Amino acid sequence: MHSDLTIRLRQNFGLLTAVVLFSVAYLLYHVAHPKGFSSAVLIQNANEVFTLAMVSMAQTVPVLMGGLDLSVGALMTMVDCFASYLLVGAAGGTPLAIDLFGLHIALGTMPGGPSGIMLGIVICLAIGTLGGLLNGIVVVYGRIQPIIATLATGAIYIGIALFLRPQPGGKIDEDLNWALTNALGDFASTVHIFDDGAAPWFAPFAGVPTAFVLLALIALVVWVPFRRSVAGRTIYAIGSAEGAAFMSGLAVDRAKIIAFTLGGFLAGCGGVFLAIQTASGNADIPQAGAYTLNSIASVVIGGTSLLGGTGGAIGSIFGTLILRVISFFFRVFDIAPLLQPLFEGMILLAAVSIGALRMLRVRNTLESFR
Amino acid sequence: MIALPRALTLSRDDRPIVIAALFLVAILIAGTVYTWVRFGTAPLLSPTYLLLQLQIGAFLGIVAAGMMVVILISQIDLSTPWTLTAAAMMATAVGGPWAIPLSLAIGLAIGIVNGVGVAYLRVPSMIFTLGVNAVMRGLMVAHTGGYAPQTGATPLMRTLAAERSFGIPNALFVWLGVSLVIVLILQRTALGRYIYAIGNKEAAAYLAGVNTKFVTVVCFALCGLTAGIAGALLAGYSQKAYQGMGDAYLLPSIAAVVIGGTNILGGRGRYLGTLIGVILIVLLNSVLSIMDMPEAGRQVIYGSVIILMLLVYGRGERVTS
Repeated sequence: MHSDLTIRLRQNFGLLTAVVLFSVAYLLYHVAHPKGFSSAVLIQNANEVFTLAMVSMAQTVPVLMGGLDLSVGALMTMVDCFASYLLVGAAGGTPLAIDLFGLHIALGTMPGGPSGIMLGIVICLAIGTLGGLLNGIVVVYGRIQPIIATLATGAIYIGIALFLRPQPGGKIDEDLNWALTNALGDFASTVHIFDDGAAPWFAPFAGVPTAFVLLALIALVVWVPFRRSVAGRTIYAIGSAEGAAFMSGLAVDRAKIIAFTLGGFLAGCGGVFLAIQTASGNADIPQAGAYTLNSIASVVIGGTSLLGGTGGAIGSIFGTLILRVISFFFRVFDIAPLLQPLFEGMILLAAVSIGALRMLRVRNTLESFR
Repeated sequence: MIALPRALTLSRDDRPIVIAALFLVAILIAGTVYTWVRFGTAPLLSPTYLLLQLQIGAFLGIVAAGMMVVILISQIDLSTPWTLTAAAMMATAVGGPWAIPLSLAIGLAIGIVNGVGVAYLRVPSMIFTLGVNAVMRGLMVAHTGGYAPQTGATPLMRTLAAERSFGIPNALFVWLGVSLVIVLILQRTALGRYIYAIGNKEAAAYLAGVNTKFVTVVCFALCGLTAGIAGALLAGYSQKAYQGMGDAYLLPSIAAVVIGGTNILGGRGRYLGTLIGVILIVLLNSVLSIMDMPEAGRQVIYGSVIILMLLVYGRGERVTS
């Protein structure tokens, strides 16, 4: 008999490995970095991690069901392009219009100021959520395999992104950019809370990167409740055995739609942040593809099985962190830029091949066919 | 329901092919009507134009042929882009009579590595081939310094990819040759039967005495080999190799295989369907470029067409037990 603790440890083995691996690597990075353990380095790293972490979390949900979402990068890019129109925050508002088939259609004015920006963020996240919902509808009611359905919807999202931003451009409110891509202290002084961030009790937190806090917040407020909900449990059940989940009376179709919708929301968060971080919108097709592929890698490194049923989005965050730390290392250890992609590739290949160790435990060849 | 005479009913494998072929004709008619109304010409019906489009389609067709074999055993090969690019770059770098054999060998070697990783290490193909793709990209960036290599294609590569014999582009003959080999393997050999068997249920194939690991390696080797052939041809066609030349072939080749009625979960599908899927994608692209459709519209139409066609005949069954 195993105690409850051993079972839990065994279930989260992949996640724990990722956490340990990341902690060691990141500590090493700070020791080697000339400005290690400083707020500035933390802020830079948190900003570089956030978008991919969101996209990886978005990817985790379909993977847990045994599917794959090839549209996460495209959806993120589409929201990024929308954000470059909706988060301008100009004082008098921003007029919006579309040119379709030679027609100029005015769409009213996007209000400026803080309330306008809040509205813009909500609209952007709603667009991401809607994209996820569309994925879910095509997969569930169209009964098309997720990988191929999202390949197609991804093309549609990229098309819309290209329509919005044929060339990179647009603008993001400067205060918003400043508040979200720096430390909590800068956030507080920009939005005028806690005595503009000068409150004595606030001082210990002032150096914490805002992006990191946002990431933890989304993981705690969105992912953890979802995982504990009936829909979340159903997702894990579908990944383990879809037929059994159906026969147990679980609402399989509804859970699938909720899962894809949640993925869309998370990808939307990534898109909004990327727009804020780069202060523009860019319908970059190779970049969208890279985000999708890196998200798959993050999910796997974070301990989620591509066969579904085990793992979680927290692991994917650590998977992302590990992927990013690898590229941070190139900077401090001065590795020739031309060799960097090779190292990245070899580490990725080695990381995914570690999963092969489970073959050593297989006693009956039939166990390996799953 | 009225029972149709046997000659008029279509098997589950033939239905997608017939519908895709009908859709192909619909695209041709729509494109011709458009050009006729707008320009008063019908380029889509001229053999010269069609042959030119097919010549460009040959590269996609060759990649899709290998991709289909891998999809049939319910795996996927995401390393195609840089397998193709590596084969092309090394072929132009070496030059001379060994250029083409080298590109084939590179494709074959990468395919075998993929196959060993998937079959013996049992790493999911989706992620293992992704890793191999990243490694190949890294190797090529290190090799070329991140720039387009200055070396050119050999005359033989140019002849095979860009020139014509008897008025027909040579690339089409290569495509035809690859197609014949794949069809023969799938339809006329034990290996072909094994491939379909593994795609349906690998455990069952194993218990029936099939060396499933070896067959998996062979399938990935075939896929790598076709990517190598496509790389050599594409380098011959554009007279050089360049970074990212394979990127445009990964998703369209998967789409072509699936549109042609091959089940993405493996075990089901005919090569004729893949052939029609490739021609459909190539024609759709050329009609859209005749219409001066901007890239944005193309992507949206492309995605919509895939969903639409799969809604008509690619729907899976509900998992209820």
